[in-house]
Amino acid sequence: MAGPKYPGFDTLALHAGQSPDPATGSRAVPIYQTTSYVFRDTEHAASLFNMERAGHVYSRISNPTVAVLEERIAALEGGVGAIATASGQAALHLAVTTLMGAGGHIVASGSLYGGSHNLLGYTLKRFGIETTFVNGRNLGDWKKAVRENTRLLFGETLGNPGIDVLDIPAVAEIAHQAKVPLLVDATFTTPYLMKPFDLGADLLYHSATKFLGGHGVAIGGVLVDSGRFDWEASGKFGTLTAPYAGFHNMDFEEESGTRAFLLRARREGLRDFGACMAPMTAFQILQGVETLHLRMPRHVENTRKVVAFLSSHPSVEKVLYPELPSHPDHELCKKLLPKGAGAVFSFDIKGGRAAGKTFIESLRVFSHLANVGDAKSLVIHPATTTHYRMSDEDLKKAGIGPGTVRLSVGLEDVQDLIDDLDRALKAASRA
Amino acid sequence: MDLAVENKRAFAYTAAHQLDAKKPTMVFVHGAGLDHSSFGLQSRYFGYHGWNVLAVDLPGHGRSDGPAVASIAGMADWIFKVLDAVSITNFSLVGHSMGALVALECASKQSSRVQRIALIGVAYPMKVAEVFLDAARRNDHAAYDMETIWGHAPQAPLGRDPNPGMWMYGDTLARRRRLAPGVLYNDLSACNDYQFSGNVGCPALFILGKRDVMTPPRNALALSQQMKQSRTTIVDFSGHTLMAEAPDATLDALIHFFS
Repeated sequence: MAGPKYPGFDTLALHAGQSPDPATGSRAVPIYQTTSYVFRDTEHAASLFNMERAGHVYSRISNPTVAVLEERIAALEGGVGAIATASGQAALHLAVTTLMGAGGHIVASGSLYGGSHNLLGYTLKRFGIETTFVNGRNLGDWKKAVRENTRLLFGETLGNPGIDVLDIPAVAEIAHQAKVPLLVDATFTTPYLMKPFDLGADLLYHSATKFLGGHGVAIGGVLVDSGRFDWEASGKFGTLTAPYAGFHNMDFEEESGTRAFLLRARREGLRDFGACMAPMTAFQILQGVETLHLRMPRHVENTRKVVAFLSSHPSVEKVLYPELPSHPDHELCKKLLPKGAGAVFSFDIKGGRAAGKTFIESLRVFSHLANVGDAKSLVIHPATTTHYRMSDEDLKKAGIGPGTVRLSVGLEDVQDLIDDLDRALKAASRA
Repeated sequence: MDLAVENKRAFAYTAAHQLDAKKPTMVFVHGAGLDHSSFGLQSRYFGYHGWNVLAVDLPGHGRSDGPAVASIAGMADWIFKVLDAVSITNFSLVGHSMGALVALECASKQSSRVQRIALIGVAYPMKVAEVFLDAARRNDHAAYDMETIWGHAPQAPLGRDPNPGMWMYGDTLARRRRLAPGVLYNDLSACNDYQFSGNVGCPALFILGKRDVMTPPRNALALSQQMKQSRTTIVDFSGHTLMAEAPDATLDALIHFFS
């Protein structure tokens, strides 16, 4: 491009959303540990409440520290803005309830985090929102599942736990033909490995608890809008294009076509459901984001070495990592994830459930817990933990067997990780 | 509200209020490739503080039917048709960048109808760099990149958006994606070619960003000196997109001028 250029990813990861604090000159992001903000006068208060002036009123709606995280993630993703939430699950809930109410319908990939499967398959159903789960790899299934009342297509950039690569360009096209947006959970890829908006997704969210934070000390989520979906042209989103009695009859799309979704999500969703992020949490997650561009390449590098080790191990039945030619999405992975397929993958240990149990209990460096995306290496047995509520049939649909083990490869010395796995696999083979 | 102007849909944001003949009227005119929402906070304020607000989408922009109007004079004529359609005779204008030239032209053409004008991020002549025009002519994305980067103060991508949680660059680029091919080139050419008659007598306010690299304050000096009743507010930390970069300072200057 002739002329000016944008700041690079690494610079945005460190700076976007924050200039030195005007009050103190603080270079680090200050933690504004406050619930509320003093108004200059009654006129100023009224203007803030009525969205005539920009600013903060109450920390459930917005907070200066949280706003830095929101702006930074929006910048890294190339979105118009973001809303930080109490968790990744809160971000998914906020996205869904901003777009639809009872009577709405979602088409979702069956390869989802167990918590998301519960929310869509059971909990939202209780509130009148139905979900049809499809084989995420079968584009025909996506098309067939779309109904007149469908308001959202949803999948994970890398699906749990088989690490299915979502064909975002193709699924986005199906969504757009149906005049609805595509929402993706981009937790496993982070903006460092993939930019879903550049591939056609309209909305995305992260469980910021995972790679964005990276340290495993804070629970949080971030919902980001690309600002590219035309709600008015779609005609299917009355929550965004009709006057809302709950906010002075505001027509959010009329206020701003590019900001309508986030306006409603903040002014209704955060205000009424209240699943906001605390300022300390935002500060902690920001510490992680500042090194995202350094950590992700190392996560991928370690993962590739661990995958290579397991792939040739006699006690391992199969390894599911999209960079392997044996993975069903290998070609798609090369196209959509040239920087790497992340650091979470699964493998099946020979000997089924008993071998899996011995393997996990023999590990010393890998921690057995229900999380991924930590700087420390983690392991879990999905059939007995994250996906334990799913029926055998649903488990099979999601590619989970009794001996499936999920690893999240961290930043330790990779030889120590390989030695740990080798020792545990030997123990498992004797079980 | 939707209006019919020359048998085409014309949209004007009214801050959810009906027009009232007893109230004064303020017309907001957006810049090149933008729409009414670029004045979101400011137009909403005046709509809730005793004014009829008409924040228009020029033809071919936002919700108004195209095609885009090729000249500033043509855009000014269209503004009068909008006001005629709602039977409003006298009004004030707030224009940003290209919209400021439209406001200037309106005040020059029908001085009896235009009471005050506020010109935000304005320069005269408003010459557009050839590299920018050329990219816009080719509908090259580089034109949107130039408008995004040059359209904000240098600190904008690393600073803090006054609207919590928003990313200024991302919003600008998303707006550009909605623009029909050719519209940005149309607008930039209109700015580039505009010839001001020099005949404006109404009070005028200039709101200029100290860090504006598209229309730096020095390029508005001759214009402001040409106008008998002008005053200028320089906003320290803003670039060209003052309504987004410095919404409160912009609004405060407008409140002071129009009160």
